[in-house]
Amino acid sequence: MNLDDLEDLAQAYKAQTEDVDAEVRVCMATACHSSGAPEVFAALTEGCEAEHGDSCKVKGVGCMGLCSVGPMVAVATPGADLRESTIYHSVSVDDAADVTASVNGPKVERLLCPSDQPFFARQRWIVRENSGIIDPDSFKGYVAVGGYAAMVKALTEMTPEEVIAEVTTSGLRGRGGGGYPTGLKWSTVAKTPAAQKYVICNADEGDPGAFMDRAILESDPHRVLEGMAIAAYAVGADKAYIYVRAEYPLAVERMKTAIRKAKRQGFLGHHICETQFNFDIEIRLGAGAFVCGEETALMASIEGGRGQPRPRPPYPAEFGLWGNPTLINNVETYANIAPIIGEGGDWYASIGTERSKGTKVFALAGNIVNGGLIEVDMGISLREIIEVIGGGIPGGKQFKAVQTGGPSGGCVPEQHLDIAVDYDSLKTLGTMMGSGGMIVMDETSNMVDVARYFMEFCMDESCGKCVPCRTGTQQMHALLDKISKSEGSHEDLALLEELCEVVQATSLCGLGQTAPNPVKSTLRYFREEYEQKLGEG
Amino acid sequence: MQRARPELPSSDKRWKLINATMRRNGYAEHALIEALHGVQDAFGYLDEDAMTFVADSLDLPLSKVYGVATFYHLFMLKPKGRHTCVVCTGTACYIKGAGALIEGMQQRFDITPGETTTDKALSVMSARCVGACGLAPAVVIDGNVAGKLSTEQLISRIDARIAEETAE
Repeated sequence: MNLDDLEDLAQAYKAQTEDVDAEVRVCMATACHSSGAPEVFAALTEGCEAEHGDSCKVKGVGCMGLCSVGPMVAVATPGADLRESTIYHSVSVDDAADVTASVNGPKVERLLCPSDQPFFARQRWIVRENSGIIDPDSFKGYVAVGGYAAMVKALTEMTPEEVIAEVTTSGLRGRGGGGYPTGLKWSTVAKTPAAQKYVICNADEGDPGAFMDRAILESDPHRVLEGMAIAAYAVGADKAYIYVRAEYPLAVERMKTAIRKAKRQGFLGHHICETQFNFDIEIRLGAGAFVCGEETALMASIEGGRGQPRPRPPYPAEFGLWGNPTLINNVETYANIAPIIGEGGDWYASIGTERSKGTKVFALAGNIVNGGLIEVDMGISLREIIEVIGGGIPGGKQFKAVQTGGPSGGCVPEQHLDIAVDYDSLKTLGTMMGSGGMIVMDETSNMVDVARYFMEFCMDESCGKCVPCRTGTQQMHALLDKISKSEGSHEDLALLEELCEVVQATSLCGLGQTAPNPVKSTLRYFREEYEQKLGEG
Repeated sequence: MQRARPELPSSDKRWKLINATMRRNGYAEHALIEALHGVQDAFGYLDEDAMTFVADSLDLPLSKVYGVATFYHLFMLKPKGRHTCVVCTGTACYIKGAGALIEGMQQRFDITPGETTTDKALSVMSARCVGACGLAPAVVIDGNVAGKLSTEQLISRIDARIAEETAE
């Protein structure tokens, strides 16, 4: 199969729905799903069939982004994106008749969610271009919007070296939080000679407050498979694992369906698209251990053991799964690959900042009006994300801080909100990009309690292998607990600060090395809240 | 030489499913976590018989199986109640009052996360983040995510679930 054949196939699939003038898209991702989307879907399907027949198709789609006011429903012409649709929020079964009638009638004002509002207008969709538009369980739907064209292009028109060169040109950096240049990682695996190599997709999205990867897996699973297949072709691997959290049952189900359908259509398995390339993907379920997001711990878990990290080097690129060279990338990283191959690395590199290219998906949560998922250019300011796209703080409260990077990150206060978000700028503020969770806190949050919360997390999740992390997090938690109960002394605070340095410098893996970050960052910007607690003691 | 596989612990059909999971993975060591998932899906928790069976099937020491089972939070070594309520304690839920939900449940049912009521009607658990931050504070009641509940709403939902069961 070459690109022309695939294009013919895409046209054939499109022709199957050429009678459809309007689509009613119902978000079926986790948040909307649990707010009653399946019932709304059923009611709309019944209503539209009776009222509009074949001219209107009710479609279950992935995440539209505004998770806090689900279930979301969009009425659109086929192929239109979110901005070109009529979007409804908080749709219930009782609203189905009105939404059905609105397909060729007046809009339902009371449910209307303006599609020209900044939440939608200021985004740029690359990773999420199909989210909320295609049916994630439909192989045909993905191919009809140009899916798998990048994979077929790579397999039939490019050498592995050319694929890696394109990814290197794009400037893409690891979206899991590390920010390691993706092209460099790929070329290291490609250069390491071995009979067996592996590709792993890290979908163990453990940072609390981060749900970008879940939404990608639930909304556009084939996109991730395509990215992984291109990666495997580039590095010379034929076997892959997706390591996904067991807490994401819907994502697991959709990935399984996608793998099964891709295999049946010859887009996975032996001689993919009649080429010499073989590639197989298996899903591995996590079992609730945060540390498994660390790559060496993740591999130990796939091998069937406790998810405990080991010292690096050797890096997985040279010595990974069962000792074989292994490429590990995050879900969002793989989801960026198809457009990079399709549109070219130069196009991708034209978006973003000097050293951080492309877009980033962020999860907005906490005390914010528009909670949900956004995809924006690297280099956008935190203020624009929170005040313009996020719609600010609800209830007339005052903004206090935004927490990024999960338990490994820190809090950014008001005075630094104008910084342009990229991998490097956030580090200068004592936090990090992390995987993309942003939790907004208002004036009611006490920062000592927030630091204690994160330390409790790290203490519970420490795997126990190395002493600084195992014991250090416990001691730091005890000190924070004491201080937050106004029982601490100045000596306790001094000891806490000293422990931060020791744990950071001497822990084995990223979990321990970054565990002090929330403490250090709250001390840096909100020291008076600690002092206040001491004063009372 | 092919090592003899252990007999299934009982005629319960669920063991065949678990055995099939291990067979599909060639009884390799790396099938361990998959096998334990299988046991927990089928029986709800891992008891000594199950861990011994998995250990013998995969030719692993029981200590390794036990070590893995206790390392991961998801694996339960005791049976759960007939109903479960998982309270998400991720950051967004923490900010929006997950603590109050846990306290409210403790007052009503006298159990803290990880415990089961004495009549085995309810287990309360906590999760690190179920990824439904838009619905914070989120809970998972009997496998279904529910969001933005007050303590009173949560308790009345659980009470209703338990009452439904006794009515049947």
